[in-house]
Amino acid sequence: MSTVIAGSPPDSAIDNKLFLRMYRRMVMIRLFEEQVNDLYTRALMPGLAHLYIGEEAIAVGVCEALRADDYITSTHRGHGHCLAKGAAIDRMFAELLGKEAGYCKGKGGSMHIADPDTGNLGANAIVAGSAGIATGAAFSSKRLGNGRVTVCFFGEGALGQGVVYEVMNMAALWKLPVIYVCENNMYNEYTHISETAAGDILARGPAFGVPSESVDGQDVRAVYAVTKRLVDRARKGEGPAFLMANTYRFMGHHVGDISREYYRSKQEEQKWKSERDPIKVATEAILAQKITDQAALDQIQSEVKAEIENGVQFAMAAPYPNVDKVEQDVYA
Amino acid sequence: MPETAVAVRELTLGEAVREALAEEMRRDSRVFIMGEDVAEAGTAFKVLSGLVQEFGPDRVLDTPISEPGFTGIGVGAGMTGMRPVVDIMFGDFAGLIMDQMANQAAKIHYMSGGKWKCSMVLRTTLGATRRSAAQHSQSLHAWFCHIPGLKVVMPSTPYDAKGLLKSAIRDDNPVVFYEDKMMYKLKGPVPEEDYTIPLGVADVKRQGDDITIIATSSMVQVALGAARLLEEQGVSAEVVDPRTLWPLDEKTLIDSAKKTSRVIVVDEGYGRYGATAELASVIQENAFFDLEAPVKRMGAMHVPIPFSPPLEDATVPNERTVCEAALALCGK
Repeated sequence: MSTVIAGSPPDSAIDNKLFLRMYRRMVMIRLFEEQVNDLYTRALMPGLAHLYIGEEAIAVGVCEALRADDYITSTHRGHGHCLAKGAAIDRMFAELLGKEAGYCKGKGGSMHIADPDTGNLGANAIVAGSAGIATGAAFSSKRLGNGRVTVCFFGEGALGQGVVYEVMNMAALWKLPVIYVCENNMYNEYTHISETAAGDILARGPAFGVPSESVDGQDVRAVYAVTKRLVDRARKGEGPAFLMANTYRFMGHHVGDISREYYRSKQEEQKWKSERDPIKVATEAILAQKITDQAALDQIQSEVKAEIENGVQFAMAAPYPNVDKVEQDVYA
Repeated sequence: MPETAVAVRELTLGEAVREALAEEMRRDSRVFIMGEDVAEAGTAFKVLSGLVQEFGPDRVLDTPISEPGFTGIGVGAGMTGMRPVVDIMFGDFAGLIMDQMANQAAKIHYMSGGKWKCSMVLRTTLGATRRSAAQHSQSLHAWFCHIPGLKVVMPSTPYDAKGLLKSAIRDDNPVVFYEDKMMYKLKGPVPEEDYTIPLGVADVKRQGDDITIIATSSMVQVALGAARLLEEQGVSAEVVDPRTLWPLDEKTLIDSAKKTSRVIVVDEGYGRYGATAELASVIQENAFFDLEAPVKRMGAMHVPIPFSPPLEDATVPNERTVCEAALALCGK
C-alpha cells in the first residue's frame, strides 16, 4: 500500500484564502467527530456513530469544488460530508441526539442527515443506497437544465454492490452530471479490501466509458483540484466521472469498535496518523509556504472549538420531539 | 361513476392507462416514463404504444435491464423536481427493486423530517393464469403494502385505472400502481372529460344484501361473476373494491360488512400473510358483533405458480370457487 499513502505535490493554483477555509472546515469536522466520540463514551448519545476522522480532506476538498446548489448524497459515515456541504454544527448535534431541533426533527439520526437547503439529498445507511438517488438527481438536473452537479459519496465497500455499476452505465449512456467519489479507506467494516475487490478499481469506470482518476485523499488541495476539474467537465455536459480518494479511517468502523488488532495492526494505524493525517499535511504546507503562522492556526482551532462547544450545549439543552410526532411525515 | 344520458366511450384497461399517462404528460412537463422497452416497443404488453411518437425518447426512456438502477434513478429524480413513472414489466421483479422502494423511496420523507419528498409512480403488473410460470405470475403487492411511506393502487376497471393513475402521478409520495396482465384487454366505459379518482376511496361495484365480497384488482371481475352465479341461487352479493390497499377506505368495507353480516375477502396475492389477512382483520376488529359467520379469506395457494395449465388454474380463486365459498358461508 506504499503507493496509496504517497503525497501529492502542492498545487499552486489553489489560493491561500481557499486553503485556509478548507483547513478550518477540516478542523471543524475533526473536532465535531471527537466530540461525538466523547458523547458516545459518556453515554450521552443514543445509538452509534461512524466517525470520519482521518478522511476530512475528501469531503472538504470535494465540497469546496461544488456550488451551494449542487447536490451530494452521503453515507453512514456522513457527518463530514454534511458539514463540508454547509450543515450547521448545532443542528447536526441536535439530530445526533434525537432532538426536535435536528436537521430531520430527530427522526433520522447520525446516518440519515438530509438538508435541501445545502443540497444534501441525505446520508444513507444502506451501502451504495444512494447511488440511484444521486444519479436520479443528476438526471433531473440535465432534464431541468439547472446546471447542478451531483456528487455521490460512497466507501470502497460499495464497490461490491451491483447497483453502483448499473447507474454508472446509465449515467454514461445519458451523459449525466454526476461524480462518483469512492472513499477508499481500505476496510469494508472489518475486512480488508484485498479480500473484497478483485482486479483494478480504476478500471471499472473506463469499462463504461466513465473517466476515472485516483487522488491522495489526505491532501485537501489535491482533492479540491481534481474534483474541480471533474465538476467543471460534468457541468459542461461532458458526463459522469469516477474519483477514487485513497484514505484511511483513523478510528474504528463505529464508535464502539475499539479493539481492532484482529483486522489491522496498531503500527499501520500509527503510520497513517503520524505521516498522513490530512490536518497535519495541510498544517505543514501552510507553514512551509508561509501562508500564515502557527498562532493564526491556533486561533482557528480555538474558534472552531468554541463553535463545537456551543453546538453541543444547544443540542443537549434542546427538547426531544413530542411523542405525538411519531406518525407525522410518513406521507407528504 | 357519473350517470350520463349519452353512450360513454369504451376503452380497454390498457388504453385507459395509456390515455392517463398521455394526459398527465401533456399537463406537466416533469412527468416522464422510464423502463425496459417502453419506447418504440411500447412495453411487452403494448400498453404504451404511441407515447414515444408524441413525447419523444427523452420522456419515454428505454433503459438497460437494470431494475434496481433505474428504479433508484426514479427515486432520485422524484426527489429533485421530476415526476417519474417507472415501468417494471413483471411484478415478480419486485425482488430486484425492493431496496430502492422500501429503504429509499418509502423512507426519505420521514427520515428527513418531512423535508424531501419522492414523487414517483412505479407501474407494475400482477396476475396468474397467463401460462408464464413461477417467476412471471405472482401478485406481490402485499410486500409494498407492508412498508409505511408507500401507497398501493389496485384498479379493477378501465375507468378506475385512468382516474387512479392520474391521481397517483399528481401525488407527492411514492405510489405503486398494479395492473392485472389478464385485464389489459378488458373493456369498460371511460368518459372523454378529465377526471381523477382520489386514492383511499373504495367503490361498491355491486349492491347486495346477503354477503359482501371484498375483492381487489383481478379478483373484482371474478367476484362480479361469482355474484351473478349467486343471484341464480337466490343469494344477493355485494362486491366492494377497495381500489387502493393503502390508503385503505376502512369505513366502506366495515359498513358493507355490517349491512350483509357475511364477508369473503378475495385477492390474488398469496393468502398466507397476504392482503386478505389485513382486510379480514379490519372487518373482524370493527364489525365482529355484526357478523353471522367468520370472515372467509381466498388468495393464491401457498405454492410457486406452476406452469401446467390445470395446475396453474387451481392456484387462484375463480368465479366457481368464490361462489361455492359464498354459498357455504350463507349455509346453502
